[in-house]
Amino acid sequence: MAEHNVNQGRRRFLTATTAVVGGVGAAFLAVPFIKSWQPSARAQAAGAPVRVDISKLAPGQLMIESWRGLPVWVYRRSPEMLSALPTLASHLRDPASENTSQQPAYAANEFRAQRPEIGIYVGICTHLGCSPTFVPELTPQPFDPEWKGGFFCPCHKSRFDLAGRVYSGVPAPTNLQVPPHRFLSDTLIEIGVDPEGAA
Amino acid sequence: MAGYPNPNGAPQKGLVGWIEERLPVFSFMKAHTSEYYAPKNFNFWYYFGSLALLVLVNQIVTGIWLTMHFKPSAAEAFNSVEYIMRDVPWGWQIRYMHAVGASMFFIVVYLHMFRGLMYGSYKKPRELLWVIGMFIYLALMAEAFMGYVLPWGQMSGWGAQVIISLFGAIPGIGEGLVEFIRGDYLISDATLNRFFALHVIALPLVLLLLVVLHLGALHQVGSNNPDGVEIKKGPKGNRWSPEAPADGIPFHPYYTVKDLLGVGFFLMFAAFIIFFEPTFGGLFLEKDNFVPYDPLVTPEHIVPVWYFTPYYAMLRVVPDKLLGVIVMFSAIALLFLLPWLDRSPVKSWRYRGTAFKVALGIFALSFVWLGKIGGGPGTDPVETQIGRLLTVLYFGYFVFLFVYTHFGFEKSKPVPDRVTTHD
Amino acid sequence: MTKARFPMRRFTSLLFGLVVSASVSAAGGHEGLAPANTQVANKAMLQRGAAMYMNYCAGCHSLKYLRYSRMAEDLGLTEEQVMENLAFSDTAKFGETINAAMTPKDGAAFFGKAPPDLSLSARSRGVDWVYNYLKSFYVDPTSATGWNNTILANASMPHVLWELQGSQSAHYGEAKEAGASPAVESLELTTPGLLSPAEYDAAVRDLVTFLEYAAEPAILQRQAIGVWVLLYLALFTLIAWLLKQEYWKDVH
Repeated sequence: MAEHNVNQGRRRFLTATTAVVGGVGAAFLAVPFIKSWQPSARAQAAGAPVRVDISKLAPGQLMIESWRGLPVWVYRRSPEMLSALPTLASHLRDPASENTSQQPAYAANEFRAQRPEIGIYVGICTHLGCSPTFVPELTPQPFDPEWKGGFFCPCHKSRFDLAGRVYSGVPAPTNLQVPPHRFLSDTLIEIGVDPEGAA
Repeated sequence: MAGYPNPNGAPQKGLVGWIEERLPVFSFMKAHTSEYYAPKNFNFWYYFGSLALLVLVNQIVTGIWLTMHFKPSAAEAFNSVEYIMRDVPWGWQIRYMHAVGASMFFIVVYLHMFRGLMYGSYKKPRELLWVIGMFIYLALMAEAFMGYVLPWGQMSGWGAQVIISLFGAIPGIGEGLVEFIRGDYLISDATLNRFFALHVIALPLVLLLLVVLHLGALHQVGSNNPDGVEIKKGPKGNRWSPEAPADGIPFHPYYTVKDLLGVGFFLMFAAFIIFFEPTFGGLFLEKDNFVPYDPLVTPEHIVPVWYFTPYYAMLRVVPDKLLGVIVMFSAIALLFLLPWLDRSPVKSWRYRGTAFKVALGIFALSFVWLGKIGGGPGTDPVETQIGRLLTVLYFGYFVFLFVYTHFGFEKSKPVPDRVTTHD
Repeated sequence: MTKARFPMRRFTSLLFGLVVSASVSAAGGHEGLAPANTQVANKAMLQRGAAMYMNYCAGCHSLKYLRYSRMAEDLGLTEEQVMENLAFSDTAKFGETINAAMTPKDGAAFFGKAPPDLSLSARSRGVDWVYNYLKSFYVDPTSATGWNNTILANASMPHVLWELQGSQSAHYGEAKEAGASPAVESLELTTPGLLSPAEYDAAVRDLVTFLEYAAEPAILQRQAIGVWVLLYLALFTLIAWLLKQEYWKDVH
């Protein structure tokens, strides 16, 4: 059988073109399958922002709200608690909230809050996910003779101060998470939404 | 796309060689692609085998994704389908691919089967290939029926009611059997739950196994072609191999690129339906199935999905329950026997007697027309009479075929020694 | 994009009509229904239809599969617009689905059976049916609500839109058999409503367009994406054809 001249260049070019165009199509085809794993509209509705009325929250008192299935602490810090916070810097791992992943920019301050007296944190230990206990007393505790109030994790003994800042020398690596939140009024907070104008 | 076989057969080096020594996957793939010689004269009708494989893959992948969101319970099934259609990101796309894919499967398979009838692909030495294919068709019908029950709409529930009741026509054990299949005294959560298990696990496994056997049998005997000429019996030697049939060409790259073209056209057709008419005017997804199943209210017209309607029409036009069921199942069973009913030495209709061509045309027409009748309300007495005539014609084909070929009435034309090509 | 969709849709229905015109009549569809001519990609129609639904239908009929948030996004409305202008129930939440003001239990007490959820009606009945149904109420003193309907005889629903349409009365033909009630041959508008007949048709068309959307919110996405998918596949097929031609030069 007589051989004829095969234009190998054209053949390679068309093969490559088909592969590339087909590959692009396959990539687009994969999008629905991948995106279908994202939270559905139902999950998003269930995880919608929650509003918290803090008009009845007394100084030193803490309330727990559920947002996206997470416990979110909302508490009002008394003047003594607030004055204790600046004195702790040397005991803390990240006193100035330099780790930007743990709070929005509007809460990256000494009090880790938009308003110093209101603390809002996700109540999940950054070590292995237990929920720490609220120990508001500014008095010595069995686990810390110099306790100035804060949170103590019963699982692996991590300690956080009343601004959710982690102590040095405990297993938890970072400060507690500050969820996005905004003040709709002096007594109404919405958790899950950044304040208007904030990134 | 390195399509050419290694001429000197030297052992491979590197990772490929390492794997090959331990598990010869590469030589296996080669033997079934670039070293599988298919007749060079395939025409339009030869696209549907590879397309069926493509649809099977689509059904499996989209099916897996649907099970991630579907709830197989009577209380939640309908809602979970709407959840997929609305709340799951892109869920509608995946669901339509699956639902339209089911109808595409039958379109492709029916054309694939008709190709076999035209070109005598069921005849010796491909009898087993045909029988395995028929088992695939049966498994596919069971798979499609159970899949249609899952959305738990009116047609799901009442369709299940009617089809399962068919088994009640079996004398003696019928009633007990119906109860056994349902797992309850009515179509219920138990029925839905077991159909789900069969639809997503058991039958897909059976289908996959059968498809592997079908391909294995095909590659053992080699593909038939529009001329019905056995290329393996012809002269040897072509530009790719001195031992290969002269009229054969390597499946890869020649038929892989040709099938790719077929895939392109097919996907345009399928995508058009998926994106612009996913219910196909109530033919692929029936209107009544957008109403949740209500065991107390039967819809005005209970009609199965289009691919079952030819058989459904036969069931309806026969005025006796047991006889209707027998007729319906025989219509499928007879197809299994085709290789032994057709005694003609000539395979392709190109070289067969005129009466064969006419009979095959009537057979196909009666199947399609029965499908139309079966999809209608079934209240017109004239239509019922036509349906009876068509049923007789359908069965008549098998009788005719045997008589025509067994007693030597057929005047066939001489079959060429080599395949013919038109270009 | 919005503009490109209309001709595509026309083309679709044309081609498609040819393919299945036979089967639709076979599938037991109501013959002689006037076409609804909905335009589901038309946002203005959808918005007017949504407003109409909320004003006249949502009191009794829920849309239990459609979320306010989804509707806002698809209709190009803000959360405030939807919650203030379209959601009349105080307990409605933006992320939740649209409930009727009336509970199903009350509905069953008032009308004999609870008004159905309308999420999927446009798909189960067809848009043409809903369009014609809403135009076919007539005064019937013998019925409990004072109304009857030629599309759905003895409907338990009163003519909620009568202020807009006015009231129609029926001209009866001869009874087919003795004792049977005479069939309605035609309807005549006896008392004009706030809208002219043409305006009423347009208003109902808006409403039915909205219901078509509500029955399948993905319809907007799929039609928009479909055009691109087909264009891509045409390109792919062209390249596959060139590739096939190139390789098949070897085959003689």
